Amino acid sequence: MSSNLNINTGSNTTVSSGGLPSRRNTELAMLVFAVLIPVFAYANVGLALDGELPAGMLGYGLGLTALAACGHLVVRKWAPYADPLMLPIAMLLNGLGLGLIYRLDQVEYLKPPDAAPGQLLWSAIGIGLFVAVLIFLKDHRVLQRYTYISMVLALVLLALPMFFPAVNGAKIWITIPGVGSLQPGEFAKIIIAVFFAGYLMVKRDALALASRRFMGLYLPRGRDLGPILAIWVLSMLILVFETDLGTSLLFFGMFVIMLYVATERTSWIVFGLLLSAGGAVFVASFNDHVGDRVENWLNPTALAPNGGVTETAQAIYAFGSGGLLGSGLGQGFSRLIGGIATKSDYILATAGEELGLTGLMAIIILYGLLIERGVRTALAARDPFGKLLAIGLSGAFALQVFIVAGGVTALIPLTGMTMPFLAQGGSSVIANWALVAILLRVSDTARRPAPAPAPSPDAEMTQVVRP
Amino acid sequence: MNKPLRRIAIFAGVLIFALLARANWLQFVQADELQSDDNNRRGLIARYSQPRGDILAADGTPLTGSTKTEASDFAYKRTYKNGEMWAPVTGFSAQIYGETLLEGVYDEFLTGTDDRLFFDRTIGMLTGEKQGGGNVTTTLLPSAQKAAFDGLQGKEGAAVAIDPQTGEILALANTPSYDPSKIAGMSDDDQQTWTSLQKENNASQPMLNRALRQTYPPGSTFKLVTAAAALESGEYTLDGKTDSPSPYKAPISGNELPNWSETIPCKNASIRVALQYSCNNVFAKISEELGNEKMKEAAEKFGFNEQQFVPVRAVASGFPEAEPDLNAYAGIGQGSVTSTPLQMAMVTAAIANDGALMQPYMVDKLRSPDLDIIEETKPEELSEPMSGATAQKLQEGMETVVSEGTGESAQIPGYTVGGKTGTAQRGVGNSEKPYAWFVSYAKDQNGESPVAVAVVIESSDTVRDEIGGSTLAAPVAKAVMEAVLEEKP
Repeated sequence: MSSNLNINTGSNTTVSSGGLPSRRNTELAMLVFAVLIPVFAYANVGLALDGELPAGMLGYGLGLTALAACGHLVVRKWAPYADPLMLPIAMLLNGLGLGLIYRLDQVEYLKPPDAAPGQLLWSAIGIGLFVAVLIFLKDHRVLQRYTYISMVLALVLLALPMFFPAVNGAKIWITIPGVGSLQPGEFAKIIIAVFFAGYLMVKRDALALASRRFMGLYLPRGRDLGPILAIWVLSMLILVFETDLGTSLLFFGMFVIMLYVATERTSWIVFGLLLSAGGAVFVASFNDHVGDRVENWLNPTALAPNGGVTETAQAIYAFGSGGLLGSGLGQGFSRLIGGIATKSDYILATAGEELGLTGLMAIIILYGLLIERGVRTALAARDPFGKLLAIGLSGAFALQVFIVAGGVTALIPLTGMTMPFLAQGGSSVIANWALVAILLRVSDTARRPAPAPAPSPDAEMTQVVRP
Repeated sequence: MNKPLRRIAIFAGVLIFALLARANWLQFVQADELQSDDNNRRGLIARYSQPRGDILAADGTPLTGSTKTEASDFAYKRTYKNGEMWAPVTGFSAQIYGETLLEGVYDEFLTGTDDRLFFDRTIGMLTGEKQGGGNVTTTLLPSAQKAAFDGLQGKEGAAVAIDPQTGEILALANTPSYDPSKIAGMSDDDQQTWTSLQKENNASQPMLNRALRQTYPPGSTFKLVTAAAALESGEYTLDGKTDSPSPYKAPISGNELPNWSETIPCKNASIRVALQYSCNNVFAKISEELGNEKMKEAAEKFGFNEQQFVPVRAVASGFPEAEPDLNAYAGIGQGSVTSTPLQMAMVTAAIANDGALMQPYMVDKLRSPDLDIIEETKPEELSEPMSGATAQKLQEGMETVVSEGTGESAQIPGYTVGGKTGTAQRGVGNSEKPYAWFVSYAKDQNGESPVAVAVVIESSDTVRDEIGGSTLAAPVAKAVMEAVLEEKP
């Protein structure tokens, strides 16, 4: 707590009154790349599969350009000091995802067919939400007011899928007739981050200092920790009942990260690791669905009990067959993975097979950069709420990327979540655009030039003090 | 709050680094292993993504083809022309069941992944041409193959014809047979056909390659080997009397070994007469006198006790170590001696080629997709099981068999034919139907022999009679010889 008390703005960031360069033109240049690369990818798929440019290429290119332009102009107008990299990276990932989905659409028996146009529409809605957030959320601190409403909303969103039938073994979907399926967990991710940030900002001192020592660890008082623990346990229970292990892990990780950042107590990490290990073992041993996945993780290329090749093995083969440079877009055999997850959970396998190690590393590094920009935003943010919110959102994003990519590559057991931006699915792409918008808003506030400090009568005196 | 933030940043970095490391592990370190994993269908898909090269007869007639398939991972399927007739040569290339025989031996070449096609592949890559498979030209004559296959129709048996001077296999037929086209694909029909062809569902075993992979007691045809061993030993002559009582009694058990007729002049008969009448007593006695070691040595010079690769693997014919009684029986092709039809064709070819046994082969040329010759087989001598003089004496003997002995049905006007019949007894106390054998060669006016044949027929209607080989197997051999002579006059 010492470092950020010595500057009267309450921030450790050295803010010159001139402000940082806004970097909007950098963003524009980057966006040109972020649109061009997916358009080339789209052309590549068409040329590889049919020997001609795909029919919808113009619409696709214009669509992406329009989305990028729209996002850029809104940022330029309403968040001029925002981080210049986040929008282009998100745009590029989203565009690459569209290219990959379009490519997988060309495989006859991968369901659902023709998902790319739908995904473009969802992306547009995502950008719409992005724009709305930037325009209407003038200051992220407003969200602080909705701490408890967020809590309720998050719980409602999490509980909703319980009333809808399970899809592929996980009850994480709600079906709205005529609209389609939504995965409320994706939105709950953002909303619960708002709640955690709001609550922890208020209670952080109490949690960090008013604690009792117990077995070498500092335990906070029940009345400080209680509410947040209760919400967390509740959401865990819901998720366990919905067998959505990935999202539970994500929420838990986000909770631990934010608690740790808020209290600066390492003991939370120890706690978190112990709890998550215990929880994982418990769930893995009492839930067949999860048990199978652990089994697949331990022996990824082993055959299924019925003698068939498992999806995990198929994904691993896809990666291996891609090699260093990949088979080229459109020339892989992702269809062997089968199932409905090829365009969402397993889309990274297609990237790995068709773009090779090179392409896969590029994509992972893009995610890494996006996360890094998020963490940087948290570092730069001047208010504790902004810091907590930014780190919560970036942490959640990082965990999601790790859980999905790690699962698909059999680094960790597969838990079934969508690859942010890349995967097909409306909820995911919309929610992640909203997430980026909030991060941009925080970063805009952080990087905005501080108003010139008011003349202070103490200033002169401070300067003449000598050691 | 910045210290934990920095730590979280490091933590996120570690996560990303772990993903990168894992990607490198899978796509770089383990890539080859995963690509070639048996359960990774990509290998199979690539294999069937283009038409496979063809297997051709000696005259360039394609024996195989490829057809585009619908609704399957595999774009192309193997087809066969006159598949039943050529199955013992081509084998099959089936999407589910793998490859056998020539399809198996030259799989990489036909698929186009063989190293010898590397240059073509590289050129293809540069010019944008699609990579193709190479072609395999065999030594088989369609007319001879047809004669053999037609002659064997309705019977269970096999026929092998060899060019004695080069070792080229001219015909290699097998009945009953199967059409590899019908098991090449992935459909239910293909799988049902496959099931119905299996040994346990089909007693006549259509997928058994009788010419190369099945051994039979060679019966009296083996007397040629015994005679060769006798003449080579220097202790016997073609026309000298032998000391052979009739009936012959086995040295240890004293069991009598009768001849097929009591009226034939077999007692103390010369080798020529003994061949002519197929006397058991003479050759059993010779085998006894030469002993197991010498007999085995003689048989091994002809290729017994060793697998032959033509380049398809043919199982080893056997002349084992044996006690005197069995060894005596082995001298007439009974007892412990077994032979593939290929092996007996090799014996005949060596005799017809004046004692030099040429390495039998059935692949003449390998050609790249652009028809450049990549590899060509040169005739090679495998061994010299006997001297030229011995071979010529045996020829005389065999020609007597055809001109005035048990093999008269194999005579071809204008050519000198030498042959030997055989009826191999089977089962305990000769209870099962015997195998009918006939081996022969044909010689033109210059004394050159372009063809030697061995025919075996498992099911014969005439029982336990030397005439079995003559009536059943000799006409098949004759038809094959005639077909070859027409082609190579």
